[in-house]
Amino acid sequence: MPCDLSVDRLAHLLTMTGLEVEAVEERYAYLDSVVVGRITALAPHPNADRLKLCTVYTGSGECTVVCGAPNAAVGMLAPLALPGTHLPGGLTVAEGVIRGQASAGMLCSQAELGLGADGSGLMALPLELAVGQPLHKALNLSDPVMEVSLTPNRADCLSVMGIAREVAGFVGTRAKRPEISLPAGQGDIHALASVVIQSPEHCPRYAARLLENITVGPSPFWLRDRLLAVGLRPINNIVDITNLVMLETGQPLHAFDFDHLAEHRIVVRTAAAGERFTTLDGKERTLDSHMLMICDGQKPVAVGGVMGGMNSEIEAGTTRVLIESAYFNPVSIRKTSKRLGLKSDASHRFERGVDPQGTLYALDRAAQLMAELGNGRLVDGCIDVQYPLPAIQPIRLSAVATNRLLGTSFSRDEMARLLEGIEFKTQAQDADTLVVAIPSFRVDIGRPQDLMEEVARRAGYDQIPVAFTPLPAVTQPAPKLLVQRRCIRELFTGMGFAEAITYSFVHADSCRRLRLPESDPRCRQLAILNPLSEDQTVMRTSLIPGLLDAMQRNVARQTRNIRLFETGKIFISNGSASQPDEIEMLAGLWTGDRGEVAWYAKSEPCDFYDLKGAVESLLEGLHVRPVGFTRLPDEQCAFTQPGSSAQILVAGEAIGLIGQVHAQTLQAYDLKQNAFVFELDLARLMAYISDERQNRPLPRFPSVSRDVTVVVRKELEAERLLTYVREMKTALMEEVRLFDVFDGQPIPQGCKSVSLRMIYRSAEATLEDAAVNEIHKQISDRLVAHFKAELPT
Amino acid sequence: MEQNIDQLRAAALQALETAATPEAVQEVNTKYLGRKGVMTQVLRAVSQLPADERPAAGRRANEIKQEMAAAVETALARLAAGAGAAEGIDVSLPGRKSAPGPLHPLTQIAQRICDIFSRMGYEVVEGPEVESDYYNFEALNIPKDHPARDMQDTFYVSDDIVLRTHTSPTQPRVMEKRQPPVRIIAPGKVYRCDSDITHTPMFHQVEGLLVDEGVSFSHLKGTLTAFVHQMFDTETRVRFRPSFFPFTEPSAEVDILCVICRGKGCRVCKQTGWLEILGSGMVHPAVLENVGYDTSRYTGFAFGMGVERITMLKYGVDDIRKYFENDLRFLRQF
Repeated sequence: MPCDLSVDRLAHLLTMTGLEVEAVEERYAYLDSVVVGRITALAPHPNADRLKLCTVYTGSGECTVVCGAPNAAVGMLAPLALPGTHLPGGLTVAEGVIRGQASAGMLCSQAELGLGADGSGLMALPLELAVGQPLHKALNLSDPVMEVSLTPNRADCLSVMGIAREVAGFVGTRAKRPEISLPAGQGDIHALASVVIQSPEHCPRYAARLLENITVGPSPFWLRDRLLAVGLRPINNIVDITNLVMLETGQPLHAFDFDHLAEHRIVVRTAAAGERFTTLDGKERTLDSHMLMICDGQKPVAVGGVMGGMNSEIEAGTTRVLIESAYFNPVSIRKTSKRLGLKSDASHRFERGVDPQGTLYALDRAAQLMAELGNGRLVDGCIDVQYPLPAIQPIRLSAVATNRLLGTSFSRDEMARLLEGIEFKTQAQDADTLVVAIPSFRVDIGRPQDLMEEVARRAGYDQIPVAFTPLPAVTQPAPKLLVQRRCIRELFTGMGFAEAITYSFVHADSCRRLRLPESDPRCRQLAILNPLSEDQTVMRTSLIPGLLDAMQRNVARQTRNIRLFETGKIFISNGSASQPDEIEMLAGLWTGDRGEVAWYAKSEPCDFYDLKGAVESLLEGLHVRPVGFTRLPDEQCAFTQPGSSAQILVAGEAIGLIGQVHAQTLQAYDLKQNAFVFELDLARLMAYISDERQNRPLPRFPSVSRDVTVVVRKELEAERLLTYVREMKTALMEEVRLFDVFDGQPIPQGCKSVSLRMIYRSAEATLEDAAVNEIHKQISDRLVAHFKAELPT
Repeated sequence: MEQNIDQLRAAALQALETAATPEAVQEVNTKYLGRKGVMTQVLRAVSQLPADERPAAGRRANEIKQEMAAAVETALARLAAGAGAAEGIDVSLPGRKSAPGPLHPLTQIAQRICDIFSRMGYEVVEGPEVESDYYNFEALNIPKDHPARDMQDTFYVSDDIVLRTHTSPTQPRVMEKRQPPVRIIAPGKVYRCDSDITHTPMFHQVEGLLVDEGVSFSHLKGTLTAFVHQMFDTETRVRFRPSFFPFTEPSAEVDILCVICRGKGCRVCKQTGWLEILGSGMVHPAVLENVGYDTSRYTGFAFGMGVERITMLKYGVDDIRKYFENDLRFLRQF
């Protein structure tokens, strides 16, 4: 097909037509440093009979090269590889000394340069070439190889012909495929071989040809070169031909040694469960009853459409070759390939769908090449067993509907032209409708929308105008969780915490590390069947492991003052057959010093109350109340230290936990410094967040404050004092705060003093001292009585 | 008397000159010239003087009063200008700060993406991260045993339960529950069985979906172009290129002109001048049929983008794994 586009332009056009060119590689780039040299003098090598010293003119000067080629002659032009050249055989040319004589490069043969098969002597270049020119320029050698990243729908482009059809579309021509001219055959294939399809649902079509008198040997240079260009390893002429034809047409072929086929029969059937078979890659595989096998009269000889077997491989002594060209059910091939964990160029194409009408062309092309290159004699006739495939229905395409979907204004005829360009056949049915016949290789086209995409693709997406949708008058408010999550993040970052995002999967050992009892719901871990690493085998049931991992990593990198928080889901398994409970949590960690080193404060390690303060500030910032903290009973402490663990309560409901990380948990995470963590259930917290606010009048009269200090047993939770005072609901008492706790001399052993400050205010008048004193005394007395407290002496 | 006044005057002027703060000036002023000030008392005594001395002394008293008032003004002005200030404090010492912590860069970018679409009237929704095979694949026109499944390396929990490989399951989940118009944006975590310098097994996507009457590919182009212009800048060129996703048709890959080299070619854009940032397309009719929408009436477009990728481009992050190490030195850069 004529095409005078530059490589870059071609690559661009392919990319913009949906066949993304990932890379363009110039195969002869290594010839950059190989120049045309003229041998100006020859001298015998003083230390070696078969070597010569050649003086080579390189266009700019002369140099001496040691060379052993018999055809080296004065006046000859030959390729000179300069030092640094990487030759295709793996050799890198260097300046060197050969048998005591310096050599400034290497005069090369055709084979050494990867330009042909001749390795007998120097590659003699035409005398009219300009000396000194790089060889690929002088010989006009260029063979760019494009790597196209194909989307799975474009099975039709898994071949040179398929790509050529696309290129023809934008060049405005028609791709031509090589003409077949089969040599006259002898005998009758039907007399020699037979094919039976026992599983037509897996293999609706199986065609074969037979060649005799084949000479198996290396392929000619051009054929090996074609395969090498795309990264395929040449094997022998027969196998290479099947690969070449697959690359050309997209139809995978297989060649059997006919004399290894028992009874000279091909039986296409599914495998017996547990049957064993050794594929061409040398691996023995166990089959199941869903896998399609190509068998001879007795045994399997290939995994249909996936890979051939060792037992019928083409070998040096093979003389009769049966070529298989078949159409396999894509789903069947995919299942087999997945079950076996075996992929091949063939299975890749079959599972995406080859052209059901391309079977015979590829078969004949291969037969012709084998007759030519393998000196084979074709046996007359062709076996072609086929079961009917569903007919490809033409599709009706409405121009109006197409333009409506695309936002374009193409005419019906313009659309027809675009589709015809890539071998669709169209017929106008009425002013709006085209009846489009789908070429058999376009297995991806089944709906009008598929054709609309073709129209858009062929016209170019840049031809589609840019427009904007009208904005709706009514929009939905953001869900509460999203709004509050954002608010929480802002509050936490405001308090100096960095937001962490840790992996949702953790080590299966996490529950043990967190010391969770088996009865804990957080031990209901959801396991991943195919984890990437041991650290990521189950879905997390707490955010704490992720934060401890992050702490560990930071400490290891010398950051030891850490404040982190994370919001994210935990996953409580309901068994692997159903979806788990996904619960959004909020967790935080504080370790190291309370603040950074500073001139105005001593650096002190953070403690429970630092983190508790952060949680309190958060809840206050969210206007959540009433909030309480009660000590978690020691026997319920898992990953937190007994005595330094508390439940976080909102309106009496426990929504989370806060505490010092348990020493064993620290150890399990390879941590040596104390850390404090909290974790709470965001969904439950959410229930207490409301954005309703009500304004109250500001007080008009001044307040009066009075303090009271009581001595109580040490184990009494201070919160109880505050709650008790609040719950008295004394009319004039506005607020009570705790401002001091002390437990040294002169307070008796086992006791502590707690100081409270009460704020009194009346809405009607300025309070008189006497009245306040009276109320304050009552409250203090009740407090003392209730808690059996004492007033300090 | 005269001598007394002069002494007071001298002392007062001296005090005003050395006063270090406006408060000190006021103090001096009150001490000498206030209602009970010493100078005031002396001046008041003028009225007690013999009649012949009174006019001269009165004049003198007024002069001093005015002089003192002027001196107070001068002293205040001097302090206001800062000239000759006393020792003061070292204002260069670091303040008692409570520095804010960083929001994770991925959160910042995801919020930005969502905000842009929210302003266009999209509603933010979220969905489960452990998803059924049906919503993750089947409902999106990706049947079992279809090669399109290879496009995404899936983490399996069981045959029918997977870690969602994309945020697209939110499309059928939302559409099942309501009739068009649907206009949503769905951010969230997704999982794929892949790990190297450009892939982490968990990452973040933002999905968008609009279904209504008369929605066309033109609208998709307009919407995503507007998005890119807001996310990057209006100089950033956008290119739509045919691609394939099982749940859209036509499908388009969206490239932007490389934000690093502006199209000249660099390492980030692999010398192509373009960066792939979005997958998109018109919602496949099979997807609409699966949720029971009338495909003759409704069309729509959908798109999805990787938050890590866009963050990488915005902030120049070179290794995707850094996002999940939570190294504070990294997080604090954003």
